[in-house]
Parts: sequence; structure tokens; C-alpha cells
Amino acid sequence: MSKIHVQTTINGEPTEFLCEPRQSLLEVLRETLGFTGTKEGCNDGNCGACSIAVDGVLVDSCLMLAVEAEGKEIGTVEGLASPDSLHPVQQKFLEHAALQCGICTPGFLVASKALLDHNPNPSEHEVRHWLAGNLCRCTGYDKIIRAVLDAAEEVHQSA
Amino acid sequence: MSATNGGYKVIGTRPIRHDGVDKVTGRAIYGADTRLAGLLYGQVLRSPHAHARIKSIDTSKAVALPGVKAVLTGTDLPDAGDQMVDLGEGPARLKYLRDNVLATDKALYSGHPVAAVAATSAHIAEEALDLIEVEYEVLEAVLDVREAMQEGAPQLHDDMTTQEFGEDTGRKSNLATHFEHRLGDADKAFAEADVVVEREFQTATVHQGYIEPHNATASWNADGQLTVWTSTQGSFTARAQVGAVLDMPISRIKVVPQEIGGGFGGKIPVYLEPVAALLSKASGQPVKMIMTRPAVFESTGPTPGSYVKIKMGADKSGKIVAADAYIAFESGAYPGGLVGAAAMCVFSCYDIPDGRIDCYDVVVNKPRSFAYRAPGSTQVAFATEHVVDLLAAELGMEPLEIRLKNTATTGTRRIDGVVYPKMGCKEVLEAIRDSEHYQSPVPAGPNGGRGISVGYWFNVGLKSSCTASVNSDGTVSLVEGSTDIGGTRTSVAMQFAETLGLRAEDVKPQVADTDSIGHTDVTGGSRVTYATGWAAYKAALDVRDQLCERAAQLWEVEAGQVEFDDGVFRSGDNEMAFKELAGRLEETGGPVIGRATVDPDSGVGGSFAANIADVEVDPETGKVDILRFTVVQDAGRAIHPAYVEGQMQGGSVQGIGWALNEEYFYSGDGHLDNSSFLDYRIPTSLDLPMIETIIVEVPNPGHPYGVRGVGEANIAPPPAAIAAAIEDAVGVRPQELPMKPDRIVAALAGSS
Repeated sequence: MSKIHVQTTINGEPTEFLCEPRQSLLEVLRETLGFTGTKEGCNDGNCGACSIAVDGVLVDSCLMLAVEAEGKEIGTVEGLASPDSLHPVQQKFLEHAALQCGICTPGFLVASKALLDHNPNPSEHEVRHWLAGNLCRCTGYDKIIRAVLDAAEEVHQSA
Repeated sequence: MSATNGGYKVIGTRPIRHDGVDKVTGRAIYGADTRLAGLLYGQVLRSPHAHARIKSIDTSKAVALPGVKAVLTGTDLPDAGDQMVDLGEGPARLKYLRDNVLATDKALYSGHPVAAVAATSAHIAEEALDLIEVEYEVLEAVLDVREAMQEGAPQLHDDMTTQEFGEDTGRKSNLATHFEHRLGDADKAFAEADVVVEREFQTATVHQGYIEPHNATASWNADGQLTVWTSTQGSFTARAQVGAVLDMPISRIKVVPQEIGGGFGGKIPVYLEPVAALLSKASGQPVKMIMTRPAVFESTGPTPGSYVKIKMGADKSGKIVAADAYIAFESGAYPGGLVGAAAMCVFSCYDIPDGRIDCYDVVVNKPRSFAYRAPGSTQVAFATEHVVDLLAAELGMEPLEIRLKNTATTGTRRIDGVVYPKMGCKEVLEAIRDSEHYQSPVPAGPNGGRGISVGYWFNVGLKSSCTASVNSDGTVSLVEGSTDIGGTRTSVAMQFAETLGLRAEDVKPQVADTDSIGHTDVTGGSRVTYATGWAAYKAALDVRDQLCERAAQLWEVEAGQVEFDDGVFRSGDNEMAFKELAGRLEETGGPVIGRATVDPDSGVGGSFAANIADVEVDPETGKVDILRFTVVQDAGRAIHPAYVEGQMQGGSVQGIGWALNEEYFYSGDGHLDNSSFLDYRIPTSLDLPMIETIIVEVPNPGHPYGVRGVGEANIAPPPAAIAAAIEDAVGVRPQELPMKPDRIVAALAGSS
């Protein structure tokens, strides 16, 4: 199958790749480009482990074809931290012990950042509603919700 | 609610986990993240039939597809005969193990692997699967535990005969094993009881539901050495299973445990590892395999569906005097299920003088069942707790009152014979009683209700190894064999740090492969913080003793004259901190490595967990909302309270999912109809309130720091607590899991 040339931006870095039309962006991120922080949990859009930001919108990368990345700004978990500090949601996940196995964590972090970008001061219910597309089987969500609320507080105060 | 830290400096604190930054930045390498040069991708063809004889498999068209490098069927697995193999957790029948990896003569469940392909891309491998022609003779399937036991039921295994009370009956049947425990004289005790209640219960097949699919990457070298990178709960048991299936010595296999995305018992068996190995051998290239989500549901896990009948009797004072259980579990396609563990849990929370537990392990046309967090305990807690509540109602007692009156305690002899060492069941129930939640008003409104329940898991010991290298800057590199699923690197490192007076951050824990650490059993049975923590404690003592000798050299005294306390070595007027002494190893003889192995089965302490559940039931739709939920659990000693709470919360929510939503839906011919996270609905963040935790600490006298292990008991009580709350709310109490909306609606219709 002949490949298609795609020009995109990943975590701020202009990036080019070749892909087959049938390849998902998740597959290309992980297997072609080495962004293995984005996880595959179901490959059918039901678990949120592969959450990424596409032009600032939260997307399941397993449901997006790689060719659709043409001209887009892609954000993955690898782009959340700056060289000298973690993003507040990352830091709060650590402080609140909001991860156990960690496989869903990148998706939750990307989704949580998208929430705070969209709504810097969410209620508990708003956090639960926003994150309902991200499944976690280890934590029962309690510490995740607390971490996101705490991160929102911090983002809010520093804003 | 915080735990006390009992005078410890590290234990009881909440340091950030050592692998945390890797896991929040996406840098942690999980099994599926393994990347090697020349990597091929493998895919598995699975039986569409729940029960079928495989008449022929023609792979020629798949082999001819460009990009395909290897194709396998079950007959390509080495045939080492039909022997029993010991994989470190009791004997297993090799034929069953091998046939579950790739079927040979029969497919026994929908999703049973029948062939595998390796190709240059996952898509080509998938195309090749479509080109494999399998001729099946479709057979009638049996999916229910009671139907499977009936005379004339379709027989899964032509040669299976029932083992009854340890003897082979010679009787062909799907009933693999029938056994029983007895204590005292149950018939007499029931005859003398003032109140006797009997009910029957059913629970659906459910899945562990880890978010990370199974995966394996294998590289078979030209010299016959095999390396397997995988997400497993136990690298050593994975190595043993791969060795057994491939009929090769374990010395030729290295298993590298990558980070693991959840297991809950379901990532102890191997599925893809031997297949990836043989595909690598055949192709001469490394092969990576990642299971699809539907295949995870169709072919792995699940945990058994059950039929349980419980009879209990009490006297007028409320003392439970007799108990009788009939427990039939679906073990799935192969025997060796979990009913034995259920028998250990069914009456485990109560002190009952006379009783009987009758157990049946039955094969059905579903995937081979495996452990799921306190395996077997949830099914029977759902049943027993219901009957205990009925006894209380008959006697005019409160549910908590009857539990406190009959609580198991130190010295209680369980019906299966175990006599409890120091145990915390009573303390857990008292913590329920004393909690703000219990003393708060029951949710208002006509459809709100509250229930309580208690559950148990016995925990296990098994073998663990640790080595500890002292670094010249005063830190320690700690190597262990326990794969870390929920923060155990840190709970183990904290015990090491406590022992040597170090900070948690000064210990750098690492999980090593099977060539780099001594044998370590699975991360399961709530054993890692207990047993591997103990190994770390012993390794720390070994370091301490060696450092005492080094200090003695420097001070020109006998080693016996050096004392160690709180991170400082002392002898007479001399004293030296651990860090300073670590910097002087070069001049006193070179590196110091501490090491320890443990096999501490005798000190294991079981754990009890209890719940208070407040619910609201919508009588029109049957939907149950959890309004408030509290979990209490005996941790023995909470090493890292935040991760103890995390276990309690996570286990509770799995129990809530089991109670309300989760089940395998099979069509009549045995096809799994809900093999996705859309249709197999685990709880989401929106379904839940915060999960309140109360850690009880009744230190385990069998462990140097009193640890019990907290991973599992918490899943057992939620379905019963929620059932009781539903009854309190709307007056009906389902006897079948899940308590899904249509079941509630039907029960309400039946009761009005």
C-alpha cells in the first residue's frame, strides 16, 4: 500500500511522516514516531487512554486517521511538562497518588489539561463529567478528581 | 482518615512514588511500548464458535501473502506429552495450558486462539488472518454452571472425569472437582437452631477490566536464547509457563517485566508470550503482539460466574450456630478454578461452631477463568451477607449488631479448618459503628437507603528476593523481582528505608528481569508489600551488619561492639552516619551489597474490609445511584497510607461495578456480545461519589512491620452492601448480580 506524506506539528515541533491511509494517528504516534506515552487501551474510542489534543480539542487518537493530522497542532502527554517543571496536573497527580498502574494516566492528564484550558475553575461534578470518557480501573477516580481540583486551584491562583 | 505512624519515620508517610515522574510524563515503558530493530507484528485468529472440533486448518494462502513472515497453528507447539507441570503455584496440567495458548483438537470458547501470524505490519498480519481457512465441526455449547453439571450436557473434554473428595470417580462429566469442608455437626446444629434461613444466589461472569491489553514481544536468538518483554504480574511464573508450553529449560528464557497497566489477577497466565516466541523462532525476527480489546474480553480473565446456596441458623440470642454453603463455580474451558478460595472466604467473617462447605468446580464454554482481586470472595460475600441480614431481621437485630455479636476473631476456627491468628474483623466492624457516616442520617426520601457488609481475603506469602547496593553518596539501589502495579516499588523501598534510618527518596527501587534477581513469585494475593517488603527489610539488616563490620574496621574495634540506631553507627565515643560510612567503603574493602530471600507463608495475616453504602433507587428505571460510600479495612500497618487508600477505593469501585453493571452477555450459541468497554460497562468517574476510607491498623504479628496486605479484601463487600441499601430503599433485594436496572424493575413489579 503506498504511503501518504503528512506535515503536522507535535508538541510544538514541526513533524513530517509517511503513513498508510488506514493507519490511525495513535498507531503512527506510537509505532512510527515513538510517542509511546499515548496509550492504547481499546482502539475503539471507549477508554480515553489515547487522548490527545488536536488544535486544542480533546480527541481519542485511535479514532482519528493519521492523514487527518495534516496541518494540525497535536499535543501529547510528552508535551505537557516544560524542561524545568511538570504541568500542575502532573504534579498534583503525583502528590495525590492519583495513579496506580499508570496506563490511563497520560490520557487523564491530557484530558485534565484540556478541561482546565477550557474551564479553569471546574466544580467536582464538572470534573467528573469531563473525565467520564477516560476509564481508570485502579483508583476508583477519587484521587484523580481531587488532583484535578487541586491543580485547578493552583492554576487559578497563579493566573 | 489518616493512619497512625507508630513511632516510625518513613512508614506511615506519603512520599511521591519513585516511578511517578516517568508515569506522568509518558516515559515509563509498558509492554506495548517495546520497540526493537526489525520488529514484526503478530496477530491471533480466534474461534468464532464456543464449542467446535477443529477438523482442518489451511494456512497456505496466509503464508503466501507478501509481508507475512510466519504462520502457526496449535500443532506447531511442542508436544511434551500430557504431564503435570509445577509452575510455582501448584501443579497444572500441561495439555490444558498449551491448548489455551493455541487450540489443537477443539475450540472450547468463542475467542479461543487457533492460529497466529507474524508480518511486517499489524495490518498485513490481520489481512493474513482472513486468509486462514479453518474447518470446524460445530458442537453444542454449555454456558451455565448448573446446566453443565447435568447428565447429558455437552461434554467439553472427552477424557475429563470427576475428582470427588480426592478420588477419581471415573465418571465422565464437566464437573472437574467436588470437595467439601466440615466442622462439627451441622445437621444437629441446624435442628437445634431457633431461626434458619436459606437462599440461593447467582453472579454473572465478570472481567478484571485492566485498561492495558495483554501484550508480548519475543526475540528468539540463533543460539536458542529467548527474551520476552511483557506486562505480567509475575516474570518468574511467566518464564515457567513459557518454558513448559515450549518444552524448553527456563535457563534459556529471560523474561523482562515491562511496566504493567493493571492486572487484578488476570495477568498471571500467559497467552501471547509462547506464540510470540515461536513466531520469532520461525521468522528469525523479534515479534510484538498486542491483544485487541475484544480479544481481551473474549479470551482472557474472566472471573467465574457462580451459583451459591447459603443456609445459616441462629439461636434466639442472635448467635449464629450453623452454616451450610453449596458453591458451584464456572471455571471456564479448563478446570482448576477458584472455588477453593471461595470456600476459604464464605463464612470467614463469622465465628460459627458447626458447618459444611460443599464445592463444585465446573467447566463451561467460556474462557478459562482466572483470579480477580480476592478471587471467589465477592461471589460468596454477596450471598452470605444477605443471609446474615435475614437472620438479623428475623431476630429483630440491627445488621451491625449481629455481625459484631458473631465476628470472627483471634482463635476462631473456620469451617475449612484454619484457626485465625490475630485478626481485625471486630475492629473493622467497630470502625463502621463509630464512623461519622454510620451515625449520620440515612438518605432522606422514599427511595434512599443504607446497607452495610463485611468481606475478607486471606492474603498470601510466597517467595520474594531483594538485593541492595550501597552507593558512595549514601543512597541505596534496591533491586526486586515484584512487578509494580500500584506503587509497590515505594511501599517496599519505604520498609528498607525505615530499617536503615534513610529517607524514602534515598532508596532507588528497580524491578529487574528474571536473570537479574532471585526468584520472586507473582504480584498477587496482596503479597508484595508484605513479602517483598519483608525481603527488603532483611536485605537492609544484611547491609546494616556489613556496615557495622566496616565501621569496626575504621574504629579498630570488634564488629560486635558497633551499634546501629536511627541511621547512625556508634561504638564508644565514635559515631558515624550511614551516609558518611557509605562514602568510606572503598577504603574498608569495597562495595557492600545486601541480599535477602523470604518465603514467609507462616506469618501471613488476612485482611477484612467493610462498607457503608448509601443509595438512591429510581423505581421507574431501576437505576441505582451511589450517594455515599465508605470503606473500612484492616491494613495491619499502612506503609504508604495514600496507596492503601487507593487500593481500598479502587477495589470498592470494582465491587460497585460488579454489583450494578458488569456481566458477560452471551448469545445462546455462546458468542460474547459485549466485548468492548462500551458494552461491558465499568464504572466511570460520573457514576461515583468520592470513596471515603477508614484505615484500621491491627498489626500483623507475623510481619516485622505488622503489614497485612490491602490489595484485595475491599472488592468483596460492595455488592452485598449495595443490595442491602437497595432493600432499605425500595424493599426488594436482588439475589443475582449484577443488580442492573431491569432486574430492579422486575423485582419491584413482582413485589407490588
